[in-house]
Amino acid sequence: MALSRQPAARRIQSDVLGIVRQNAVPLLFLALGLAGVLATGMNPYFLANETINRLARNSFLVLSLLIPVTAGLGLNFGIVLGAMAGQAALIAVTHWRIPGLSGLGLALALCTPLAVGLGWFAGMILNRAKGREMITSMILGFFMNGVYQLVFLFLVGTAIPMRNPAMLLTQGVGLRNTQDLELIRWSLDRLVYWRVSGFSFPVLTLLAGAALCAVLMFLARTKLGQDFRAVGQDMHVAEVAGINVDRTRIIAVIISTTLAAWGQVIFLQNIGTLNTYNSHEQVGMFAIAALLVGGATVARATVANALVGTFLFHLLFIVSPFAGQRLLGQPQVGEYFRVFVAYGVIAVALGLHAWQKRQQVLRALARDKLAAAEVSGD
Amino acid sequence: MRGVTKEFHGNRVLNRVNLDVRPGEIHGLVGENGAGKSTLMNILFGMPVIRETGGFQGEVFLGGQQVHVKSPFEAMSLGVGMVHQEFMLLPGFNVTENIKLNREATRPNLVSRLAGERLRTLDVPPMRADARAAIDRLGLEIDEWLPVAGMPVGHMQFVEIAREIDKTGIRLLVFDEPTAVLTESEAAQMLGALKRLTAAGVGVLLITHRLEEVLEVADRITVLRDGEVVATRAPAETSLEQLAELMVGRKVERGGLPARAREPGPEDRILQVRRLTVQMPGERVRGIDLDVYRGEILGIGGLAGHGKVGIANGIMGLYPATGEISKDGRQLTPGRPREALAAGLAFLSEDRRGVGLLLDESLELNMALTAMQVKGAFLRPNPALPALSLRDERAVRSFAERMIKELDIRCRGPEQVVRRLSGGNQQKVCVARALALEPDLLLVSEPTRGIDVGAKSLVLDLLVRLNRDLGMTIIMTSSELVELQKICDRIALVYGGRLAGILPPEAPAAEFGLTMAGKRKEAS
Amino acid sequence: MDVRGSLSRFAQGVGIPRLLIGLFLVFLFVVAYIQKLPMAMLLNGALVRTAMNGILVLAMVPTIQAGVGLNFGLPVGVVCGLVGALLAMEHNLRGFTGFGTALAIGIPLAAVAGLLYGQLLNRVKGQEMMVGTYVGFSVVAGMSVFWLLGPFRNPEMIWVVGGSGLRYTLTLSNHYGHVLNQALNFRLLGVLIPGGLVLFYLSFCLLMAVFLRTRVGMAMSAAGSNPAFAAASGISVDNMRLLAVVLSTVLGAVGIVVYAQSFGFLQLYVAPMFMAFPSVAAILIGGASTRRASVLNVIVGALLFHTMLATALPVTRTLMEGDISEVARIIVSNGMILYALTRGRGGN
Repeated sequence: MALSRQPAARRIQSDVLGIVRQNAVPLLFLALGLAGVLATGMNPYFLANETINRLARNSFLVLSLLIPVTAGLGLNFGIVLGAMAGQAALIAVTHWRIPGLSGLGLALALCTPLAVGLGWFAGMILNRAKGREMITSMILGFFMNGVYQLVFLFLVGTAIPMRNPAMLLTQGVGLRNTQDLELIRWSLDRLVYWRVSGFSFPVLTLLAGAALCAVLMFLARTKLGQDFRAVGQDMHVAEVAGINVDRTRIIAVIISTTLAAWGQVIFLQNIGTLNTYNSHEQVGMFAIAALLVGGATVARATVANALVGTFLFHLLFIVSPFAGQRLLGQPQVGEYFRVFVAYGVIAVALGLHAWQKRQQVLRALARDKLAAAEVSGD
Repeated sequence: MRGVTKEFHGNRVLNRVNLDVRPGEIHGLVGENGAGKSTLMNILFGMPVIRETGGFQGEVFLGGQQVHVKSPFEAMSLGVGMVHQEFMLLPGFNVTENIKLNREATRPNLVSRLAGERLRTLDVPPMRADARAAIDRLGLEIDEWLPVAGMPVGHMQFVEIAREIDKTGIRLLVFDEPTAVLTESEAAQMLGALKRLTAAGVGVLLITHRLEEVLEVADRITVLRDGEVVATRAPAETSLEQLAELMVGRKVERGGLPARAREPGPEDRILQVRRLTVQMPGERVRGIDLDVYRGEILGIGGLAGHGKVGIANGIMGLYPATGEISKDGRQLTPGRPREALAAGLAFLSEDRRGVGLLLDESLELNMALTAMQVKGAFLRPNPALPALSLRDERAVRSFAERMIKELDIRCRGPEQVVRRLSGGNQQKVCVARALALEPDLLLVSEPTRGIDVGAKSLVLDLLVRLNRDLGMTIIMTSSELVELQKICDRIALVYGGRLAGILPPEAPAAEFGLTMAGKRKEAS
Repeated sequence: MDVRGSLSRFAQGVGIPRLLIGLFLVFLFVVAYIQKLPMAMLLNGALVRTAMNGILVLAMVPTIQAGVGLNFGLPVGVVCGLVGALLAMEHNLRGFTGFGTALAIGIPLAAVAGLLYGQLLNRVKGQEMMVGTYVGFSVVAGMSVFWLLGPFRNPEMIWVVGGSGLRYTLTLSNHYGHVLNQALNFRLLGVLIPGGLVLFYLSFCLLMAVFLRTRVGMAMSAAGSNPAFAAASGISVDNMRLLAVVLSTVLGAVGIVVYAQSFGFLQLYVAPMFMAFPSVAAILIGGASTRRASVLNVIVGALLFHTMLATALPVTRTLMEGDISEVARIIVSNGMILYALTRGRGGN
């Protein structure tokens, strides 16, 4: 007995080490967040409620990133397009003054065809830029941002007949910088709202996130999900096996864009005001940083990565200005620090991925050379 | 297949080829590189490359009916399958998922009834059962639920075969060098599996370089040479020697080579190579000793994948290498191209467009750049900062014009971009680039690959001229034995990454064939 | 004569993007003429803007030529230049002394930063653009913390309240603002030509053009256009890529100092974050691809792109309210980058 116990203990120790190594990134951020919490001595109720709230409103957006990762497109910075579709729908609903849940429902219904169209467009573009989908999706986001501004700053009130002094700039052309979404604010969050001993839960919003998780898991078990995985691993092999690679990739982008549109609507019903020209800009970046903090990579991301990452990233987000204030007397330091963390996480993740991919390419090259030597022999 | 003829740009690569495979038969197809095996298979599978280059003449029958295969998918649906040399497997999938790739069993669910078939749920148990059955048919002990990543290469090959036989109605399976990457015991297992397959009535076409293998398992063997069927034999009617001779074939007349003032001999070694190993993927060299004599043309031959191409690349330092290389008694560090170039070596790569040229740059820059970097030629002197010396436009231009004239390069002038030149003229640009280095030892790999028939002999003549007129020593690597026999003084043959023998060009064809097949052990 | 054929040949030779932007420019100037805008001032503005941005555009040439691609990590160099500019300001150096000191500090800093950044990029071949973008973003965000905490004491630079931390925008007019812009000015046909600024910009272009014809310069280009060829010619591809990144980063530092003195302000914090994008767009508009670029592409691209930006604002203002030129800038520049990324294969 005494003899066999020690190896068991050692095995447990090595298991623990393995778990730590596999989850190094989330654990690091957990430590950072906890250190921040301890340093600031924040009110635990405030912290918990704020975290629950942010988890509820952000997880949908983060989850929308998963399918393109599986399908080999990497991190889809193009979810910004979906966010724009969601905002356009919200603007329309606000203009027609449709309140509450019906307004929210209409917004979701309106943004869907728009997001599907934009997703199809983005998918076509990304199919023309295989191997550099991420940078292309990012630039595509910037580009469409310009188009978005053109529409809402110059076409609204001129080409698009819209007379609504509360929403338009004083000269009657272009939307104001902020739009009040009071009509649909909390229409989902507060529909079923539990308060349990100081904690509050926006039940339906949380349920919506959970439902999406369930849908994504279902999708993974279908033929389509299997095709996403196949295409994601090796487009060439998938193509030879008869899978329509380009079409599968477009479907992945469409799903992602549409989920992002819904996610943005859910996000904004929680916030209650729309920053007409800014709300969507950072959506892609923050969602991606959250996913990566949860331990995902450019080539592999799970529902768990998304949820854990959203939690940790927002914990850090809540804490860092307070920590900056407390430790350095300047809240701004914390603010810049969290931006730095967001960008830094993405940079490191991309760098690591590129390095690994390079090793893969070198191996594939060796394989191709062999084949090429045979083919050109004849 | 009846009377199949195919021309590429007026170059006839297949001439009235007849080939038939019976149900339940293993039919071996052997031939040297360039004999036309791949082209024949491309026709069988309806590869787009055939149509793009003008189609073919002849007929293809399957089960007695004439078929017109227009795409690999169509071939697949007709029951013709191919096991690729290059694995078509997804490493992240397990064996079952790979076998059933895009042919997954599914069952409908609520969503799929509304939204279409692609949302059907995967039905894992029948997929697993199918995979198991296919593996069992091969007589194998592989867990069908194992991930493919990290499997031994041999097992991956079996998974690939299992996928083909899992397809319903498979009638003919083509194997392209199935044992090339396998260990000996795996290869034996694989050949056993082939026999099992044919017992079930599937016809097998086995393409291989390993003659002893075909003799062992094939029911009949067809030998292809220069695009023609030279013989179809049963193994009992033939022997290894005979097959080798049939493959290599005709006698080459070596007439018309100009004489030299002084014949090269063993007393004057220009290059000495000892225990050379080269990590060139697909062309690994596993320890070669070689002496090269000043003034000779040394040929290096051998079958694809046995390392002949690796030797020159290793000597030039383009791939990681170990061993001793000494030029004129001076040691060269392996893996340092610059050192080799500076020592008076120059190299024409087998990968002309990939390694030999800057395709989007001008002729003159292509010719001058290497000499500029290595020897500081074609530069205006800048003693203070030699790295920043400017290029001497006039010297570059006059060299380029001289080369265009002397090598008869057909172009619009020294400023033309080389991408649009023909293969032969591109090769001449490479020669000019090598000449700019003023080497005394020139390494040439596959100099006539991808060049029109007419231009081939021009390139060979050029090499002879460099050797006879400028006294340049040449090491020429080629898959085309005929070429080597035509101009070389000695021909070194490699097998399995090692030297199998050095033969005079006049040696009998059977001896070449045997040496290349690794059947003649003799110290060089 | 086949008019349509020769027209399409002309369009192909010039390139569709340049043709479209050229036509748009003609349109802008026609409108400006009709609206009776002061032409001399428009042209002067266009020249100043081209020359002050030009060196940042030039910074794209080495990395494209060496096969590293579009240098989206330009902010790495930009923040080095900013540190130089800030230190010169901190010590109250004025005029050309201040300008020169800013460069003298910024250039070696950028060389070191470029060396580190280049080594990173050598490890992530094939994904340089994406990694570069986010390295640039993180460096800008990280430096924001430094701007807040750094040891700057000059009261002209730090927040009035609190007594520490640099302001968002620093005015250079008391230091070395406009030193180049005010040097060697002359009038040509009534247009004020910023001689010093243009001369400075063009001399950098000339240096780059000469460099590309030297032994090292050609080795660098060969490493980009065919790494296998370069390696077989005894060129160290990794070292050439490193050199290119260092050069680009140094030009980024020089470029921002020139830009700032002309603009009259130093912009800190998030301002440098998107500095690379207009430069990338400009060189692509000039006819470069993600794999090939020349000094001519820089000169043409900077002139077209920045003339468009400089004239679009005053011209559109006469036609409509609001600043549509900013939106046009976003659409044109990102559309151009998108076009380049989706055109042609490559990457490896």
